[in-house]
Amino acid sequence: MPSQSPQKKNVFAPDLVRVALGQSVVKLDPRNMVRNPVMFVVEIGTVITALFTVVNLMNGQAFAYELAITLLLLFTVLFANFAEGLAEARGKAQAASLRSARSDTKARRLEGDREVLVSSLDLNKGDRIIVSAGEFIPGDGEIVEGVATIDESAITGESAPVVREAGTDHSGVTGGTKVLSDQIIIEITSNPGESFLDRMISLVEGASRQKTPNEIALSILLSALTLIFLVVVATLLPIAGFVQTSVSITTLVALLICLIPTTIGGLLPAIGIAGMDRALRANVIAKSGKAVEVAGDIDTLLLDKTGTITIGNRQATGFTSVRGIPAEKLYEAAHLASLSDPTPEGKSIVQLALSQGSHFPQTIMDGATFVGFTAKTRMSGVDLSDGRSIRKGASNRMRTWVEEQGGKIPVDLEALVDDVARKGGTPLVVAEGNTVLGVVSLSDIVKTGIQQRFAQLRKMGLRTVMITGDNPLTAAAIAKEAGVDDYLAEATPEDKLRMIREEQDKGKLVAMMGDGTNDAPALAQADVGLAMNSGTQAAKEAGNMVDLDSDPTKLLEVVEIGKQLLITRGSLTTFSIANDVAKYFAIIPAIFAGTLPALSVLNVMRLASPTSAILSAVIFNAFIIPILIPLALRGVKYTPKSADAMLANNLLVYGLGGLIVPFIGIKAIDLLLTAFGWI
Amino acid sequence: MIDVVLIYGLAFLLAWPLGHYMARVFRSERTWLDPILNSLERGLYWLIGINSTQGMTWFGYARALLFSNLLVGVVAYLVFIFQGSLPLNPNGIPGMSWDLALHTAASFITNTNQQHYSGQAQLSYLSQMVGITALQIVTPAAGLAALVAILRGLFGGRYASTATAGEPRDLGNYYVDVTKAITRVLIPMSLVLALLLTWQGVPSTFEGAKTATLVDPQGEVTEQTIPVGPVAAMVAIKQLGTNGGGWYGPNSAVPLENPTPLTNLFESVSIILIPIAIVFMVGYFTRRKRFGMLALGVMTVISVVLAVTVIAAENGSNPTFQGLAAAGPNWEGKETRFGPTPSALWATLTTQTSNGSVNAMHDSFTPVGGMVPMIGMLINETYGGIGVGFVNFLVFLFIAVFIAGLMVGRTPELFGRKLEAKEVKLAAIALLIQPLLILVPTAIALSFPDLTGNSNPGFHGISQVFYEYTSAFANNGSGFEGLGDNTIWWNVTTSANLILARFIPIFAPLAIAGFLAVKRVAPETAGTLRIETPIFAATLVSVIFILTLLNFLPVLVLGPIGEQLVAVPEITASVDQEWVQASRALFGRPQ
Repeated sequence: MPSQSPQKKNVFAPDLVRVALGQSVVKLDPRNMVRNPVMFVVEIGTVITALFTVVNLMNGQAFAYELAITLLLLFTVLFANFAEGLAEARGKAQAASLRSARSDTKARRLEGDREVLVSSLDLNKGDRIIVSAGEFIPGDGEIVEGVATIDESAITGESAPVVREAGTDHSGVTGGTKVLSDQIIIEITSNPGESFLDRMISLVEGASRQKTPNEIALSILLSALTLIFLVVVATLLPIAGFVQTSVSITTLVALLICLIPTTIGGLLPAIGIAGMDRALRANVIAKSGKAVEVAGDIDTLLLDKTGTITIGNRQATGFTSVRGIPAEKLYEAAHLASLSDPTPEGKSIVQLALSQGSHFPQTIMDGATFVGFTAKTRMSGVDLSDGRSIRKGASNRMRTWVEEQGGKIPVDLEALVDDVARKGGTPLVVAEGNTVLGVVSLSDIVKTGIQQRFAQLRKMGLRTVMITGDNPLTAAAIAKEAGVDDYLAEATPEDKLRMIREEQDKGKLVAMMGDGTNDAPALAQADVGLAMNSGTQAAKEAGNMVDLDSDPTKLLEVVEIGKQLLITRGSLTTFSIANDVAKYFAIIPAIFAGTLPALSVLNVMRLASPTSAILSAVIFNAFIIPILIPLALRGVKYTPKSADAMLANNLLVYGLGGLIVPFIGIKAIDLLLTAFGWI
Repeated sequence: MIDVVLIYGLAFLLAWPLGHYMARVFRSERTWLDPILNSLERGLYWLIGINSTQGMTWFGYARALLFSNLLVGVVAYLVFIFQGSLPLNPNGIPGMSWDLALHTAASFITNTNQQHYSGQAQLSYLSQMVGITALQIVTPAAGLAALVAILRGLFGGRYASTATAGEPRDLGNYYVDVTKAITRVLIPMSLVLALLLTWQGVPSTFEGAKTATLVDPQGEVTEQTIPVGPVAAMVAIKQLGTNGGGWYGPNSAVPLENPTPLTNLFESVSIILIPIAIVFMVGYFTRRKRFGMLALGVMTVISVVLAVTVIAAENGSNPTFQGLAAAGPNWEGKETRFGPTPSALWATLTTQTSNGSVNAMHDSFTPVGGMVPMIGMLINETYGGIGVGFVNFLVFLFIAVFIAGLMVGRTPELFGRKLEAKEVKLAAIALLIQPLLILVPTAIALSFPDLTGNSNPGFHGISQVFYEYTSAFANNGSGFEGLGDNTIWWNVTTSANLILARFIPIFAPLAIAGFLAVKRVAPETAGTLRIETPIFAATLVSVIFILTLLNFLPVLVLGPIGEQLVAVPEITASVDQEWVQASRALFGRPQ
């Protein structure tokens, strides 16, 4: 992972805690609390017990118990608010560090032919600005003219400069990055406050935050449980009255708060925000919370071969000359044809040729003209001053070239070419004039560890499809080596779109990554469309996430973030509900033993006294929230495995754990209270 | 013990093929009764004016179910009110009061058969046949039809493959499903059972009550009137159709309803036969046998735990009898012909299945023994009432899938269809109404004992009232009795309870099924939650126990658990007096 801007490893970083502490009080506003029904009930309970405290105080009766319960309930609410505040603060801090780069800078806006100096904050969508080497880019946009190398380390942490060029799939630039060379004209693509980053910030901010669909569904279930326990506790008083048992309202409120799912209710907003935050930490800007949630449901991943499955560049791995041509001649020709080829493939050919002992007089290059690769000719090479003309290129193109000059295609060429392709390489045919010399094989280097990664994904039920422009033979070989489930060879953007639709028709959710304008329809069609930040504006608009690192492996990370978010919700819900059993065992004997002495045998935890039992349960209920904050913010530990294994594991930890932990916790609190003589 | 194994074993043995047959019936595949019934059913459809090929959406299905039930409910109500002036009344029984008629009608259109009247004394033969027996046939059929429609919805409805996206799905035709349930399942089976019972001596006649001269006259009493009638037919459907309402007040404890060990075996098996067959049916009907097995496993585990508990409780000694000659199994309120084990088994089976017939008095069980029937009714889905038991099971399945589904890192889905806010909301309503409709009226009734007239003070009094509302909510119909329950309070509150508790738990899942049907179906992969596994089954059992029992734990503590604890001298002796004093200091002494 690239070195990232302020990574708060510590969940409780002091500066963030300070912000969160303030927020936990501010959020007590009932208009805010009502958004979270479970905690709203706790707040109302607090008010009720506070009233009883005051009434007792004014009547000169003992009020310590009522006061203790009131304070504990207040803390329960504050802790929940603190969790939400802390999650927000972390998210905002992360976003702020990304945004800090784009503070108020000067921008040269083009108005007609004039350049006007304006503040970067006044740039609007559609404005054209000019940026020269050494200047910072004042806002997000797309290069409309020129090509430049840009230092994006402020955003991605990656120090190597990148090339961005108008009219290509790499025309996107981000505010706060620095132009290292050349001069470009940029069209600004967002109004102030409307950039993707701004949108993301609004997703972690409390007031404007939209609940995600699954969060809403879970909230409904939690609200129903709250209502159920409200009925249970409210009817308890008249039912107990039938056997002449009176229970104070304060104790009933305490019982209610212990039974309703406050643990998950208090942490639910924090979990959602933390999910967005984790995406942001991975340098992924999600345009909606829903997108992160959906990522967990992805069934099919469309992965670009280059950069995801293979390391970015192909390497020359061998020369094979056709029958009758000495190997040295092929080395020399390939070497010459690649001398001025700036691509990594070209450089690797030169290196391989040198290592094979290729040599030629320095003077041979005098007066030579280089022929660069163009989309039209699809070959490159050199025309030497002695009249020799050397070319390398794709096999079918080279055949035509040789035949055009009246040359003959050697009979063994086809076999050589196919052989390279079958082994997963890309064959480049080298020819001099009308004579075919041989084949250079360029091989994709499959990333180490990628097979295991795909095996994990398969265990998780994800299908991986490799997308490549290679011919089917090469694609099949690489697909086999990498262990993907399927591949799409000679893929055009239309093919991608069609494949996504086909998968979706089978009910699957599809994720893909793309950067080009012609990827836009597929990005929009995919359930998770992750656009590279280096990509065109059209691609970034079409996708529902933007990866600032433009790293193709990010898709896997995004899926994991989505899954982790859902698992954290489910596990803490299970934990919260399972806790109720122990709380009953603490509170029921305490309440009813007065009338029904035999019930004291249900005091299986041997708690010191009824007061201590009730207080211990309420204290446990309150403090479990801050204890679980790190878990809620970091997410439940997630290792890719099958659903069955994951369920078994999480049930054991959070289900069984949720049954046992409160027994231990409540007993420990009871011992502490007794030891300090507070009871 | 052998009788317990025999009853469970025989029920499973018969339920398996029966479930397979029922699945064929509802999938409209060929069955051996086709030659006779096809034309008969066509005649019936023509008679009531139904286009049998017309499918219904979930809403249309719900509407048809509600209206047809309402219609028969009103007819039954009028018959009860006016039975005094209607024919088939050889014993001259007068009409019912409005509230008793309301309760009786509500009780019978909801497949509950809670009785605040005594059958042989307060119902004419016409009422027994039209009001009671007819409803006993129609209502289980309605429950079964609802289940079949819901199952269709969970898998996309009929003709799922040709439906266009977003189009409301065809969940079947309610009238056709009900008719088939009656003609092809309930009537043929009742016929067989009625004949078996008649063979064993259960009355089956239209003649009036018999008068017998006592062999051993007691003072002025020299002769006895023995009410008879078409008893066998009614007993058959009451047992098979999870109805429970008997011809005689004391139900199957009366020798005329349950004369021999063989009839007790037949009747016990009949309680659970169709409910278990339905679980087999689900596996075949949905073509997911493993799903059927999951349900069967979960239900059987719960069923056996309850059965073992109540049998142990009733065979254990009553603590207050220690050292007395009466020590030993709890015989109080039991037919000596049956004894503790068959009575206890019947008690738990009849409450697990929402049947409600009894062959012993639950009120006289040991406190823990009496709690088991309450728990059976609170869970109400092992194996549950006909159709509706499995529908209740589905509600818990939705909740368990929602929670467990999250834990595997996907938004929860059942059979590939996502459970979202709308579905969760409906399932939550189905969960919520149980404590609402049981605890609220229980609390009110216990606050005004004079108004509600329950006979016992203390814990047992709480148990009685709680039992009555639990029984009404579960559409069970068995009674703890000991309540003067033919009053306006009881009749009206339980009527409301019966109707809401019948239709909301049917309509909410029906709507869920309707919503799920139109959703896009995700293929099952290694990343999908598989529900047909032991680990999910364990989750489901936990969810069922936690979400039903936790809600009622306080009232169970103040009822049967308290009663049991007080009764055991060892427990009362080991009480932590300091703790008790402290609790009193905190909450005030008992008055």
